[in-house]
Amino acid sequence: MEPTDVTNPDYYHKVIDCQWACPAHTNVPEYIRLIAQGRFTDSYWLNRESNVFPGVLGRTCDRPCEPACRRTRIDGKPVAICRLKRVAADLRDPTESRLPLIPEAKNGKRIALVGAGPASLTVCNDLMPLGYECVIFEQLSKPGGLMRTNIPAFRLPLKVLDGEIDMILDMGVEVRYEAEITSMKALLDEDWDAVFIGSGAPKGKNLEIPGRYDSDRIHIGIEWLEGVHFEHIDSIGERVLVIGVGNTAMDCCRSSKRLGGTDVKVMARKSKEYFKASDWELEDAEEELVEIVENHSPKRFILEDGVLVGMEFELVSWHEGPDGRLKAEVHGSVEIPCDDVILAIGQDNAFPWIERDIGIEFNEWEMPVVDRKTFQTTRDGVFVGGDAAWGPENIIWAVEHGHQAAISIHNYCQGDPLTDRVPYGQNLISAKMGMMDWAYSNEYNPAARVQMQHVDLRERFKQLAVEVELGFDPEQTALEVERCLNCDLQTDFTAPLCIECDACIDVCPVDCLTITWNGLEEDLRTRLRADAENLEQDLYVSDALPQTGRVMVKDEDLCVHCGLCADRCPTAAFDMRKSELLIPYAGEASPSRTKQAPWPAQV
Amino acid sequence: MVKHLRKPEVRHPGMRQNSLGLTRRDYEGSMSTLCAGCGHDSITSAITQAFFELEIPPHRAAKLSGIGCSSKTPAYFLGESHGFNAVHGRMPAIASGANAANCDLIYLGVSGDGDSLSIGLGQLCHAIRRNVNLLYVVENNGVYGLTKGQFSASADVGTKSKRGVENRQRPIDPVLLALSIGASFVARSFSGDKAQLVPILKAALTHKGFAIVDIISPCVTFNDHESSTKSYVHTRERYHEVVGADFVPPAEEITADYDAGATEGIRMHDGSLVRFHKVEENYDPRDREAVYEYVSQLQNEGEVVTGLLFIEDSTDDMHDILGTVDTPLVDLPMERLVPGSDALSELMESFR
Repeated sequence: MEPTDVTNPDYYHKVIDCQWACPAHTNVPEYIRLIAQGRFTDSYWLNRESNVFPGVLGRTCDRPCEPACRRTRIDGKPVAICRLKRVAADLRDPTESRLPLIPEAKNGKRIALVGAGPASLTVCNDLMPLGYECVIFEQLSKPGGLMRTNIPAFRLPLKVLDGEIDMILDMGVEVRYEAEITSMKALLDEDWDAVFIGSGAPKGKNLEIPGRYDSDRIHIGIEWLEGVHFEHIDSIGERVLVIGVGNTAMDCCRSSKRLGGTDVKVMARKSKEYFKASDWELEDAEEELVEIVENHSPKRFILEDGVLVGMEFELVSWHEGPDGRLKAEVHGSVEIPCDDVILAIGQDNAFPWIERDIGIEFNEWEMPVVDRKTFQTTRDGVFVGGDAAWGPENIIWAVEHGHQAAISIHNYCQGDPLTDRVPYGQNLISAKMGMMDWAYSNEYNPAARVQMQHVDLRERFKQLAVEVELGFDPEQTALEVERCLNCDLQTDFTAPLCIECDACIDVCPVDCLTITWNGLEEDLRTRLRADAENLEQDLYVSDALPQTGRVMVKDEDLCVHCGLCADRCPTAAFDMRKSELLIPYAGEASPSRTKQAPWPAQV
Repeated sequence: MVKHLRKPEVRHPGMRQNSLGLTRRDYEGSMSTLCAGCGHDSITSAITQAFFELEIPPHRAAKLSGIGCSSKTPAYFLGESHGFNAVHGRMPAIASGANAANCDLIYLGVSGDGDSLSIGLGQLCHAIRRNVNLLYVVENNGVYGLTKGQFSASADVGTKSKRGVENRQRPIDPVLLALSIGASFVARSFSGDKAQLVPILKAALTHKGFAIVDIISPCVTFNDHESSTKSYVHTRERYHEVVGADFVPPAEEITADYDAGATEGIRMHDGSLVRFHKVEENYDPRDREAVYEYVSQLQNEGEVVTGLLFIEDSTDDMHDILGTVDTPLVDLPMERLVPGSDALSELMESFR
């Protein structure tokens, strides 16, 4: 193999599994260390740099970081990354003095944004400090998009949501509420320097089966949740069927339990392994005594005298066909009584308001054609992000889209090519403090993942807005932060210094180091101290070592970043160095500006 | 500040287990307190590996040592075994006594060039002479590391200390010494070559009788500089392997993956096979005189001769020579162990 180039920021970035998996590449290990040191405010602002809504995301994020977490491969459970983020947001100094200054003299560029969801808000967050004037058109009376209307208050308290949205709006963003855009052409005819579409995927999917339109007790999930949020809906029947088993279905069934539903069932067509909802959301629903029924395929609504009384389902089992696709086999049918049905089977985009003859091309699925890198449509100066771009994702993706679109909009307004994007940079700083003393908590802590405490079942159903999760207390926080393996503390190797004494190999608790003859990757992977079977994880290969010409190989898969290799290295060929990914945002000429607190940390 | 007394418990989930259900990690001891990069730590790791691969229950092993950096190392492996840390140079006597009392344990003596070749030289010679069933490891770095790096008796003529003082006394070479006084298993290896060292240790542990393995083990602090003849660089430059050895346990089929003519083997008393690959043609590891001549000649030329240099199979060990009881004393019933005054009188009578 070619020697690994660790000066390419991608290499060490990929070792930090959580950061690599996060769409916004939040610097997770650093913010967890800051929490460990009690520096909640520093942690919060480091978070906000990349993900803009730490308080919201600390409660609601889909957390792609957690399944990726190296700790999962070590002891089965990831670090509770998401809920630690909430700790920082809850305990930070509430002043907002670290927000960037907004120039009073504007740069003369005016940006229109459609929809006040996380994507548009992120664009404003990035562009306002550069002197842009941003105007958001929002069809509802409040900002936030699906963050507001689709996430019930028992998961996300309004003051957290409002606080983080206001941070952006208070930069001087103009929001025109109850101003639904009905014609893109009309908007473009106004004098905007660029337009951003962040209108989400606002159309709940329907279920076209007999009886669908014969009752007013059949609701579309996201519309129903919006009704609940704005208090147009304040009750539901005792027996509720929620159709679909995604995260929206979880919010629907749990909201039903708080509005009068006593017998709430989530009806899934497929079996458990195919459920779309996150495991933790399923667990939370089951804790609230919601019954989750699998392998029931909706057949028809049953009405008596015009009143909805139940639904008929086909009982199915699933088999993989020869083409690899799942096929249903029907075994019979069953009728289940109910008073209300909520359909939560997905969302669609809908762009009836964009004329098809104004240069914005649409594809066969009636979605605008959007460039994956620049987020620009086929019409110059019109950008799309969030769910509106490629269909429903989640908040953290919308945020990242917003960052990228902001770079494009800035380039566009400055007359630079959209493809002129500053690459990621990297800072690499030794963590050595002295003999066997490192500027981070390097000792492996075998503690098990801390369980989140919930409000008592009876208490939580008394009011819709009682937040279910209590958040981690100081003791829980102190335990959980130590589970983080500090994957950004890299085992940085300098081949010319190595005397091949084997000390690092002998001391490594997880056998990730080997000195051997170089070879092809598939061959090398079998010649290591422990087989490197996880192909998603890279092998580090050094330059040829001075004494024998062999190479140092490291399987990144299970390294716990304990620093023992560097502790035991007589020549400091191994050093623990903290890698920091430098992420460029709109208006930054180079990513050299470090975003984080001074290092080593001053405690 | 030594923060880690033990390695973190975390281990590779795919670690191999031996037939006892133990992993290599279960053969470790506490964390080393030697200098980072010490050759001794590599030997510790090789010993751990050898005991794991031989599937020896840790409580069936006894590790003994004297004084010095090398003699500290038994704390760092086989945490679940018997151990004895003897007076300087007196480990062979303790090992002989322990072996006399309990012949069933597997004995590993760890010593250094200082402990073995100066204060303990007589002890070493007599343990060889008695052919005590013991693996005797000499962790050889040419200096007294624990007392700031004075030359030991194994330092070569012309080698320079870290401060530039030249050694002009002739060395005592443990390999030539052992050959000359009749050791039945003599090997030399290098801490930086586990591929060679681990099979040699396994063969030596299986050998019945006294097995001495001299291991060049660089002292990173006091003897790893340019004018040293026991440094990593020097050892690698002058490394001269004459016989490679493979250890094949008794249960394993001997496969013909080697050219039949190029290898030959020796059957150990437990049925396992030590297979040689001769790097040097015409080298016979069973011809004591030829081995002595060959090794001394190459050493005079400055080469570091390594490999399983000499092996004599089916020799009588200390118990055979003395005609002692086969059973460990601890397992003898009290009436046989202490037969009483009548038996003593009878014995005394027989001498009249």
